[in-house]
Amino acid sequence: MPAFRHGLVISLCALFLGVAFAVAAEIPALTGRVVDNAGLLDAAAETQLTEKLAAFERKSSDQIVVATIRSLDGEAIEPYANRLFRAWGLGQAGEDNGVLLLVALDDRKMRIEVGYGLEGTLTDLHSKLIIENTMVPAFRDGDFAGGISRAVDDMIAVLEGNAAELEARARRNQEQASDVDWFGVLFLAIWATLFFGGFAFAFLPPIFGRKIGPNRYRWLGMNIDYGRKGGRRRGNSSWSPGGWSSGGWSSGGGGFSGGGGSSGGGGASGGW
Amino acid sequence: MRPLSMPFSPVSFRALFFILIALPLLSGCGFNTIPTQEEQAKAAWSEVLNQYQRRADLIPNLVETVKGYASHEREVLEGVVEARAKATQVQISPEMLTNPDAFRAFQESQAQLTGALSRLLAVVENYPDLKANQNFLALQAQLEGTENRIAVARRDYIEAVRQYNTSLRIFPTILWARFWYTDAQPMQTFTIAEENMQAPQVNFGNGG
Repeated sequence: MPAFRHGLVISLCALFLGVAFAVAAEIPALTGRVVDNAGLLDAAAETQLTEKLAAFERKSSDQIVVATIRSLDGEAIEPYANRLFRAWGLGQAGEDNGVLLLVALDDRKMRIEVGYGLEGTLTDLHSKLIIENTMVPAFRDGDFAGGISRAVDDMIAVLEGNAAELEARARRNQEQASDVDWFGVLFLAIWATLFFGGFAFAFLPPIFGRKIGPNRYRWLGMNIDYGRKGGRRRGNSSWSPGGWSSGGWSSGGGGFSGGGGSSGGGGASGGW
Repeated sequence: MRPLSMPFSPVSFRALFFILIALPLLSGCGFNTIPTQEEQAKAAWSEVLNQYQRRADLIPNLVETVKGYASHEREVLEGVVEARAKATQVQISPEMLTNPDAFRAFQESQAQLTGALSRLLAVVENYPDLKANQNFLALQAQLEGTENRIAVARRDYIEAVRQYNTSLRIFPTILWARFWYTDAQPMQTFTIAEENMQAPQVNFGNGG
């Protein structure tokens, strides 16, 4: 009965898939700067918020992401927010300048999770005050969109408050994007050519080449003579340096993704 | 004069070639794993210490602020000061992480401080003036943030130690542990159950 067997295989696969999803389901996909899985924001508010956050990242390189979920499934909000932050990798790698604003609707809890790099600017106290004074009153009135939007405004205001630091951080991240590439590629290419080229010609021809006389080998279309003073003489070599292409940084583009930052649990939580 | 004449036979060339190829491959079969993970665990431990220190640094200010409003809660306040003094005395360096007794002493002293602090915060509930004090609110926010950072640091440390201890017991890294890193010992990790950590959070019923 092949039908039954097929059914069994399919249901087994479904079981495994189910297990895989059950593990992963807790972390929602990072679909944009606003991940509204609890449906607290209407389309206009979401668009406005996304634009605001994108503009702020262009200016400062700080990544702020707003996430709403329905339920924490019994987990405390602090460890969940930290896991979510790290899974998404908010903020630039090495700079750790991300902020996650998380709202769990059914648990009536919210948290501002701050990346390592912003802990000194957006302190625990700032986060607490934003939650207690801005979000909680609005949420109690049922104005989720307004509360979230004003909280984002507050966070941006705090992060912008230290203007010199903000500009320095933005500059650092732009320099990184253009500098590292070229130096790395040039340096490696030149040294690799000198180092491995010398090595290769020193002892590869006797191994792989064809012996055409005492201490003379032919390899890769070149005649290499170890015996003669003045080094080797090249025949008509068909060897040409293959060009390399530098990758280039694909920033921007369509989707949005975290820059690989991390968080050590800074920030504050609250409930309404 | 033949400066570039071959000093080696092709056979020893081949041996040299193999060594050059094999060296990078060694790292592929786990030679580097144990030292790397050991250093990661030690770094994670430093972060744990760092956050515990941060908590200890907050306490004098907190005690002073509470004293201003609730000076007759002498017993609770002294309990916190004492527990802090004890907790800052018990320090373990990364080299002592393999010592179960030292680790347990550290863990217990910090747990006692946690308990004393939560008794203090429970008592504070009875003083509305204190709870409205801006300075106290700031300290409370920092204390909460620090407790959360401690939790994150402990979780990172537990994970780093789990990886390191696993490497000491699984193939192929166990071979390196046996024959090369013979002094590598499994590290200790936090064991106090969550309910033990929360046990002192009793409200003594004097709130009425």
